[in-house]
Amino acid sequence: MEAVNLLSSNRYTEKQIGYLFISVLVNSNSELIRLINNAIKNDLASRNPTFMGLALHCIASVGSREMAEAFAGEIPKTLVAGDTMDSVKQSAALCLLRLYRTSPDLVPMGDWTSRVVHLLNDQHLGVVTAATSLITTLAQKNPEEFKTSVSLAVSRLSRIVTSASTDLQDYTYYFVPAPWLSVKLLRLLQCYPPPEDPAVRGRLTECLETILNKAQEPPKSKKVQHSNAKNAVLFEAISLIIHHDSEPNLLVRACNQLGQFLQHRETNLRYLALESMCTLASSEFSHEAVKTHIETVINALKTERDVSVRQRAVDLLYAMCDRSNAQQIVAEMLSYLETADYSIREEIVLKVAILAEKYAVDYTWYVDTILNLIRIAGDYVSEEVWYRVIQIVINRDDVQGYAAKTVFEALQAPACHENLVKVGGYILGEFGNLIAGDPRSSPLIQFNLLHSKFHLCSVPTRALLLSTYIKFVNLFPEVKATIQDVLRSDSQLKNADVELQQRAVEYLRLSTVASTDILATVLEEMPPFPERESSILAKLKKKKGPSTVTDLEETKRDRSIDVNGGPEPAPASTSAVSTPSPSADLLGLGAAPPAPAVPPASAGGGGLLVDVFSDSASAVAPLAPGSEDNFARFVCKNNGVLFENQLLQIGLKSEFRQNLGRMFIFYGNKTSTQFLNFTPTLICADDLQANLKLQTKPVDPTVDGGAQVQQAVNIECLSDFTEAPVLNLQFRYGGTFQNVSVKLPITLNKFFQPTEMASQDFFQRWKQLSNPQQEVQNIFKAKHPMDTEITKAKIIGFGSALLEEVDPNPANFVGAGIIHTKTTQIGCLLRLEPNLQAQMYRLTLRTSKDTVSQRLCELLSEQF
Amino acid sequence: MQFMLLFSRQGKLRLQKWYVPLSDKEKKKITRELVQTVLARKPKMCSFLEWRDLKIVYKRYASLYFCCAIEDQDNELITLEIIHRYVELLDKYFGSVCELDIIFNFEKAYFILDEFLLGGEVQETSKKNVLKAIEQADLLQEKTENIYHSKHFHWCKKAY
Repeated sequence: MEAVNLLSSNRYTEKQIGYLFISVLVNSNSELIRLINNAIKNDLASRNPTFMGLALHCIASVGSREMAEAFAGEIPKTLVAGDTMDSVKQSAALCLLRLYRTSPDLVPMGDWTSRVVHLLNDQHLGVVTAATSLITTLAQKNPEEFKTSVSLAVSRLSRIVTSASTDLQDYTYYFVPAPWLSVKLLRLLQCYPPPEDPAVRGRLTECLETILNKAQEPPKSKKVQHSNAKNAVLFEAISLIIHHDSEPNLLVRACNQLGQFLQHRETNLRYLALESMCTLASSEFSHEAVKTHIETVINALKTERDVSVRQRAVDLLYAMCDRSNAQQIVAEMLSYLETADYSIREEIVLKVAILAEKYAVDYTWYVDTILNLIRIAGDYVSEEVWYRVIQIVINRDDVQGYAAKTVFEALQAPACHENLVKVGGYILGEFGNLIAGDPRSSPLIQFNLLHSKFHLCSVPTRALLLSTYIKFVNLFPEVKATIQDVLRSDSQLKNADVELQQRAVEYLRLSTVASTDILATVLEEMPPFPERESSILAKLKKKKGPSTVTDLEETKRDRSIDVNGGPEPAPASTSAVSTPSPSADLLGLGAAPPAPAVPPASAGGGGLLVDVFSDSASAVAPLAPGSEDNFARFVCKNNGVLFENQLLQIGLKSEFRQNLGRMFIFYGNKTSTQFLNFTPTLICADDLQANLKLQTKPVDPTVDGGAQVQQAVNIECLSDFTEAPVLNLQFRYGGTFQNVSVKLPITLNKFFQPTEMASQDFFQRWKQLSNPQQEVQNIFKAKHPMDTEITKAKIIGFGSALLEEVDPNPANFVGAGIIHTKTTQIGCLLRLEPNLQAQMYRLTLRTSKDTVSQRLCELLSEQF
Repeated sequence: MQFMLLFSRQGKLRLQKWYVPLSDKEKKKITRELVQTVLARKPKMCSFLEWRDLKIVYKRYASLYFCCAIEDQDNELITLEIIHRYVELLDKYFGSVCELDIIFNFEKAYFILDEFLLGGEVQETSKKNVLKAIEQADLLQEKTENIYHSKHFHWCKKAY
C-alpha cells in the first residue's frame, strides 16, 4: 500500500523506489492493481518525460495481462505522437513489445503501424533500435502490415555500413559502426523473403558484400571487443544470406569466410563457424563448398578440447554428408563415438544409423557399420536401430548370407553386447542355413555359440533366443534333440518369467508333435517387410526438439530425393519464421503417398525400409485372398461378415441415406491372445479421395482375446467414384506381425435412392437419356440360378426401385433411382432382360453421367 | 533475451533480471542449475553453451560471471557485446567498478541495466545517452542522498 502511495508522490526518488518495489512484487490483488494502473496512467499522461519513462519501465518489467488490458491501446499513440521525447519513444516501443509478447491479442493493429515503420528513419538511433526490435516481432505475426519496413531497413543498413567511423560518433563501438543496430536490422530482414524490387535488392547485396569485405580487412583495433562486434555483424549477415538462399556468389563467399573461421584461434569463432556452416550445408548452392572443408572439420572433431565445439563438429559432419563422403564421415563418427561424452552418445548412434542407411551403396557396408555401432556403444543403440538392420537384412536377399557370416563371427568375441546377441540370434534363426555348409559354422556350433550367451541375457533376449532355437529345429533337424533337451530342462519349463515358460513349453510341444511339413510352414522364413516411414528419424527429432539440425534434415530430404545420386531439385523457399516441416515421408525418399498399388517388390529394389512398429499410414499388404468375392457379396447387402481367418473376423453393418452413410466395422479377436498395436487404416487412392470422404474414429490399439471392438466410419459421397477404399489392418499377434487388407464395400450404388414412377414417366426419361455415352449395356452369363424372386430382391438390395408393369415383357426387370452425391444427383434407369434358355442376361443402364452408368453396370453384372 | 544473471565465483547471486514471467520456484531452480553448469566450465572453453532449449552466453570479469540466456535465433556474439557494454557502463558510472560496487549499489546497477535493456532488447546503445539519463535521474534525487552515497562508496573502498 505504501508503495502505491509512493507512486503518486512527485518526488523522483520516492517514485522511483515505489516503482522498483512494484516491479519486484507483482501480486494479483485486484485492488492494488487498479491503483497501480491508475498511478501509471497518471504518469503516462503527465508529459514529464522522466515520469513517463519510469512508468513505461514498470510496465515493461511487469507486463502482466491486466496492465496490457489497460495500456495496450494508449502506448501506440504515445509511440507515434510527434511530440514525445526520444527517450520516451524508445521506452514506449520496447514496452509495447513486451506487452505484445505476453498478450498478443490485446495489442490492436491500427494505423499506428505505418507510423512505426517510419520510426526506422528517425534521427535518433536509439529510437531506431527500439523500433526495429518491435517491428521484427510484429512482422513475424503480420508480415503484410510491415512490408514497407524492408526497403527502409535496407537503406538504413547501407548508410550505417558505409559510413565513415566519425559519422556515428557515440554509436560507434570500438570502430564498428552501430553494431547492435546493424544486427537488429539484419534480423528484421530475415523475416521477409528477398526483396522483389531490384533497386532494393541491389542495395542489399551491395551492403552484404561490404560487410563481407570488411571482414577481410585487417582489424582496426587489437581489442577483442572490436573483433566480436565486427564478427557479430558478419555472422548475422551470413544468416541473412543463408536465409535468402538466392545469391550463389554471396553464399560461396560466406562459406569461404566461415571456412577461415574454422581455424581461427578463438574458440568462440570456431564454434559459431561450425554452427553456421550446418545451416549452409543445406543450401544447394553452397553444399559443395561446405564439403571442401571436411578435413578441417574432422580435424576439429579429433583435436578440440571443448566438448560443445566437438558436438557442433559432429552436427556439421552429419549435415554435410552425402553419397561421396558418406563412408569417410561414418568412419570418423564411429571413431569419435568411442571416446564421446555419454550424454551425446545416443544421438550420435542414431545419426550414424541414419547416415549409414541413407547412403549405403553396398549393404554389406551398412551391416558392418551397424554391427560396429553395437559393439562400440551397445547400450545406446535403441531398439529402432537394430529393428532396422534386421528389416533390411530380411528384405535384401543379397546381403543375407554376408550378414549371417558377420554376425556369427562377431558373436564369437568373448564379451558381446546384448543387442548383438539379439541381432545375431534373429539373423541366425532366419538365415543360419546359409552358412551351415561351412564346417566352422555348422548348426551345432551356431547353436552352442548362442546358447553360451543365453544365461547372460535379459528376459526379452532369452525369449528371442528361444524362438531362434525352434527355428533351428526346423532348419537343422540334426540339432533337434539337443534343442529339445534344452527346452525340456527345468530352468525353461519352470521359469519364473511367464513368457519364457510359455515359449519353452509351446516350442517343445511343437517340436515333438508337429510333422516336418507343418513345422516348416509355421517357421517359414520371414517375408519382406513392406515399406513405411522410418521411426529412427522420428526419434532423433524428438530428442533434438525443433532445432536447426533436424529442420535441415527435412529440407535436405525435400531436396535430395533420389537416393541413387540423382540431381538435386531446386530448393523450396522457406521463411525463417515458420519451421519448415514438410510432412514428407521421412526416409521414404521419393516414395509417394502409398497407394494400394505399391508393389512389395520395390522393397527389394532401391527403396528404403521402414519400421514395422510405426503407426503411420502404410502401404498395403497384398489384398487378402477371397477379398473380391466378399466384396461382390456386399454390393447388394449392407450387413454381414466381410473377412475371416484363423485370427480375426471382420464384420460390417452399414446404413446409408442419400449421400451420407455410416458403417460400423466389427473386429473380432478369435484367439485367446491379445492383439497389440492394432491399427486399422482406411486407404483411398488419390482420385478416390477426391470423390469419397471417409472419417473414422481411432480404435483402441489393444484387442483382448475373444473380444470384439467396433469402429465407426462416417462416409460422405462427394462425387461418383469407381474405386473402392481398402481397409488395411496391422497388429501384433504373439511375436508375429499381421497385415491384412480387404476391400471395403463402399460402392456407388450405396448412395442409390429408389424412385417409384409410372410407366410413361419411365419411358419418357428413357428416351431422354438416349445419348450413346449415357447408356451402358452388358450381356453376360448368369453366375447364379436365375430365380425371379432372388433377382428382384437383389435389385431392391442394390438400391433401385423395382418397377412393376412397366416393361411390356413381364419377365424383364425394370428399376429406377437416383444416385445422391454431395455435388449432384444423377438419375438412373435400368433394365434387366433374362434369357432362361441361354442362361444369360442383358443389362442396360442409362444415367445422365457416363462414368456412373459404367460403374453401376459393372457392379450389377457381378450380382447375377 | 530471457534473463540475465550475475554471480560470483562462489556461486552467490549478485544480480538477476528476468524478462520472462516465471514463478519464484522456477527462478530459483534455473538459477541453481545454471550457476552449477557455468562454474563447472574450464577457462579455455567457449563462451556459448546450449542449455535446455536456450543458448547461454557467459563471460567472466574478474570475480563475477555475467550470464545471459538468449533464444535460439538470437546472435551470440552481439550478446557478448551486450554484456561488455553493460560492464563498460558500470565502469564509467562507478569509476573502475568492482564486485563490491555492485553489491552495495545494486539498485543503481538495476537502474543502469533498465536504461540499457528493456524487455529483453537493447534500448539505447549510445554510452553517452545512457549515462546522461542516469545522471539526470541522480540529479533529481535529493542532494543529501547523493552525498550519502558517495560517502558510503569511499568508505567501502577504504575498508577493503
